[in-house]
Amino acid sequence: MAQSKHEKIERNVFLMIVFTLLTVSVGGLVEIVPLFFQHSTTTPIDHKGNKLDVKPYDPVRLVGRDIYVREGCYNCHSQMIRPFRAETERYGHYSVAGEYVYDHPFQWGSKRTGPDLARVGGRYSDEWQRVHLLNPRDVVPESNMPAFPWLDRPVKADDIQDKMRALNKVGLHKYSDEEIAAAPAALEGKTELDAVVAYLQGLGTAISHFR
Amino acid sequence: MADFISGFWNMYVMVLVALSILFCVFVLVSNMTKREKGPVELHGHVWDETLAEYNNPLPRWWMYLFWITIFFGIAYLAIYPGFGNFNQGRGQWAQYEAEMKAGEERFGPVFAKYREMDVMAVAADPEAVAMGQRMFLTYCQQCHGAAAQGAKSFPNLTDSEWLWGGAPENIKETITNGRNGVMTPFGQVLGADGVKDVANYVRSMNGLAHDSVRAQRGKEAFATNCVACHGADAKGNPMLGAPNLTDNNWLYGSSEATIIETVTHGRNNKMPAFGDFLGEDKVHILTAYVLSLSKK
Repeated sequence: MAQSKHEKIERNVFLMIVFTLLTVSVGGLVEIVPLFFQHSTTTPIDHKGNKLDVKPYDPVRLVGRDIYVREGCYNCHSQMIRPFRAETERYGHYSVAGEYVYDHPFQWGSKRTGPDLARVGGRYSDEWQRVHLLNPRDVVPESNMPAFPWLDRPVKADDIQDKMRALNKVGLHKYSDEEIAAAPAALEGKTELDAVVAYLQGLGTAISHFR
Repeated sequence: MADFISGFWNMYVMVLVALSILFCVFVLVSNMTKREKGPVELHGHVWDETLAEYNNPLPRWWMYLFWITIFFGIAYLAIYPGFGNFNQGRGQWAQYEAEMKAGEERFGPVFAKYREMDVMAVAADPEAVAMGQRMFLTYCQQCHGAAAQGAKSFPNLTDSEWLWGGAPENIKETITNGRNGVMTPFGQVLGADGVKDVANYVRSMNGLAHDSVRAQRGKEAFATNCVACHGADAKGNPMLGAPNLTDNNWLYGSSEATIIETVTHGRNNKMPAFGDFLGEDKVHILTAYVLSLSKK
């Protein structure tokens, strides 16, 4: 009697839940969990094992990153160069997992209305980034990126130490007490524009060569 | 990838993958039933007093779909990476290398042809100029504009004025290693009034409206403070990227206010280095393209 086999499960809610959970977790157990135990995904190295000079976020870049998130830049800009010739010719070396070890959360994004920003660091001058953020049309008349004129105001620095402590709980990099103590001073006199530009200029610079 | 911190994770993946495939096979086999002759038996349950359900086997095509997914999974793992460390060499990196190699075979000879040619000859080649324009629109137009017309603080590349020299080797150097054009601030040295005098003198050299008394005073201040970079005749110095101040060609603007801003606070302008990113072949063609623009 074929039905008796699953009738047991169908008529027992607890068994049903256990078997359902087991079934749906196989994919995650095989495809996600092992990623936590790989060198190339948990340390700043590339996929060939070379050490990468990925720098943890200093307070200014950290604030810039939060502004990047606040303004929703990730809605139009990805930070992930895929290993295709068409992408590496335009943006530079493809991205590797080790470059993102200090990103919490990462900003890979999923949609490119604007260009990928994974290697935008150093591609333009600071001055260009400023003008472009305040009004993109001033330098790229064809651009449809929104202007962010309000960025030219002082950064909100009162929560930077809490942010760093919070990152210490989740991140690979542990900010020392001295670094945390010195953070507000580092933000002294900085505008949000300064912070975003500092963040952008640091993106992807751990691999600067093309191949 | 798959550089696990210990061999355990390799085994872990393999065992789980193998077990789940085997489990699928087991479920499928154990549920296979043949249709038998005669009346189809009913499931035991009855709803709404009379509603019963036949216990038919699954349609055969449906069963085949399940088998196909199992064979697909096994074939996939045999061809591509996924089964622990097995087949690691056939992943996306290898595919990328192959794609790059194909690209090199296709485009390499084109670049090689122009590499051997003098930049000026490349600049006269319509095909190379078309290539250069496409590269320019990808890599350069964000700052210099789609028509290379420039913008405030980003030089126009279509005129014949050059901050850092317009010889092919100068342009190549600019693209490869970038430039950092620094104007020292003179606000402290000259004072607000002195700066205004100098601004008027600079405007006078370009035939723009100016206050001649101020311009006269500015000329003296210019001779003391500015000639080191801009030269006694104010014609500039391409070694330093110091602009010619007599050609009525303005990077930041010619208004008195703009010149005052420049002299007071200085300027720090940067052309990023593109040599590492683009490589010599592309720089060669871009140089030719830029030269082709300014020849007109």
